Amino acid sequence: MALVAFSAVIPLMTVVNYSVQDIFGPGQRYFIGVDWFREALRDPEVHGAFLRQLAFSGIVLAIEIPLGVAVALLLPKAGWKSSLAIVILALPLLIPFNVVGTIWQVYARPEIGFLGRVLNDIGIDFNYTGDAVSAWATIVLMDVWHWTPLVALLAFAGLRSIPDAYYQAARIDGAGRLAVFRFIELPKMKSVLTIAVLLRFMDSFMIYTEPFVVTGGGPGSATTFLSIRLVNMAVGQFDLGPAAAFSLMYFLVILLISYVFYTILQRASAS
Amino acid sequence: MAQIVIDALRHSYDGRLDDPDALALKQVDLTWEDGRAYALLGPSGCGKSSMLNIISGLVRQSTGRVLFDGRDVSDLATEKRNIAQVFQFPVLYDTMTVEQNLAFPLRNRGTDPARIRKRVDEVAGMLDLGPLLKKRAAGLGAAEKQKISLGRGLVREDVAAVLFDEPLTVIDPHVKFELRRKLKMLHEELGLTLIYVTHDQSEALTLADEVVVMAEGEVMQAGTPEALYERPDHVFVGNFIGSPGMNFLPCKAIGERLAFRGGSLPLTGRAAAGIAPGQSLCLGIRPQYLRPARPGEEAVEAVLGEIQHRGDCFMAVLHIGDMALSVRLPDSAPPPGGTMRVHFPPDRTLLYADNRLTGDLS
Repeated sequence: MALVAFSAVIPLMTVVNYSVQDIFGPGQRYFIGVDWFREALRDPEVHGAFLRQLAFSGIVLAIEIPLGVAVALLLPKAGWKSSLAIVILALPLLIPFNVVGTIWQVYARPEIGFLGRVLNDIGIDFNYTGDAVSAWATIVLMDVWHWTPLVALLAFAGLRSIPDAYYQAARIDGAGRLAVFRFIELPKMKSVLTIAVLLRFMDSFMIYTEPFVVTGGGPGSATTFLSIRLVNMAVGQFDLGPAAAFSLMYFLVILLISYVFYTILQRASAS
Repeated sequence: MAQIVIDALRHSYDGRLDDPDALALKQVDLTWEDGRAYALLGPSGCGKSSMLNIISGLVRQSTGRVLFDGRDVSDLATEKRNIAQVFQFPVLYDTMTVEQNLAFPLRNRGTDPARIRKRVDEVAGMLDLGPLLKKRAAGLGAAEKQKISLGRGLVREDVAAVLFDEPLTVIDPHVKFELRRKLKMLHEELGLTLIYVTHDQSEALTLADEVVVMAEGEVMQAGTPEALYERPDHVFVGNFIGSPGMNFLPCKAIGERLAFRGGSLPLTGRAAAGIAPGQSLCLGIRPQYLRPARPGEEAVEAVLGEIQHRGDCFMAVLHIGDMALSVRLPDSAPPPGGTMRVHFPPDRTLLYADNRLTGDLS
């Protein structure tokens, strides 16, 4: 209990403390109720960041989940080829987040990066520091590169757990490849895919390091996601009160959505 | 329906055919007649499932042929072979209803929807699945699930044979009995060719017209349940079938007699002609055919060991020399430790040379 208190409750209560008081200095603090919450909710920058965040999570999930399943289906099923493929696939997952950001920051640079140069050479005007579309494309691509392997590994684990008898029965029943995927593989992968969606949603909704390293939230505020906005508010503007209120709401939103996913997961495994 | 012929079949999973120990099937020649119910019986790892998967085409044999009605189907894919197979564990399409599950094999083959509906209703009727048709298959119990798997095997009318790979393993004993009866009934009603793999001898003997006993990749004997029980061709079959199995007593031919430790029997009858010098011999007799000798009868001295009460009879252990034989005593149980003079009825006493049956002693 004491451990839990030190690790979770006390830091959290500090934030709660900041979120309901206006503090000028030691001894000069005033209880102001929900004012900071109101201010954070009315901040147009926060609104923008929230919508961008939803769009980002949506796009990333829509690409990574199907792509990860496709990769899992194409992986060799057994033997040394399978092991090798899994190791290569898992490499991006082993790279620290800020290094991922740095890799892509360099890789996508229009003047010196391989990707940036190639894109500009074939006539696409690509510049993530100046153009919002380029910046989004870079960050989405980076996230897909970084995290699709996780989805693929989960999906692969799900596929491997299907007994051979299912595939044999499908052959006996004359089912085609598409029917095997639709009626055997997809239903059997349902629970691992729910976990994949949950993990990818939570992580992408909290993304900070990689876009911070690559674009710093720009150009303008085109890639300023919720956590970047939060850090700007807390560290940049030193508005600790609104930032505390904001982070509590941020936490609650993620908790709420995760709870919804969890409930769906439980229902799925119960039926 | 079709006659299925297995011709000079050999199979190895790692492709090495020169090493006999690596072979899953050593050399099998077998004919499955149209419309009969067969049981493929043998201990785990004897090659019975391999045989089944080769017939259905899930596994391609290393050498030899599989013929359906004289047509070589060795290179034909499973889905083209018109074979139905039911597996050990129920295989269901979880997202579908019972009805859709049953219709699946027909839908994949582009059968006309009205025909599908009719067949599904018929099969559901046979298997008492009617009330469940609209339910999701995923939520049902093991017995119902296996019935659905069974139904998917029966729904096609053009199948050459229905293959079962220990389908009742996961079913509760009392439901097992019921399903087995149902299966037997369906076989008789529809004239299906059934091949039923099991390691349970009572299942094999009750269900099948003919039982094929396999061991270590070879067919030991194929015959009616009665033939397997009364005159096992091979020591393995005698041991494997019956509970307890047949008694075997190693012996030597000395002049006109068969001698073993603790006694001897006259070597007469057909058995005498079938043996060659140098073969290892043994006598085989079922526990219920050994009996106390009447005065004047040929007899062997034995010591009674442990006695078990089996409800309708007693099973006793008889020590002859250093061998222990089981004997079934119908009514009275003599006290253990006593001696008994036992008679080996010549027509029930079989002689095996190098583990193969040569004949009885009558």
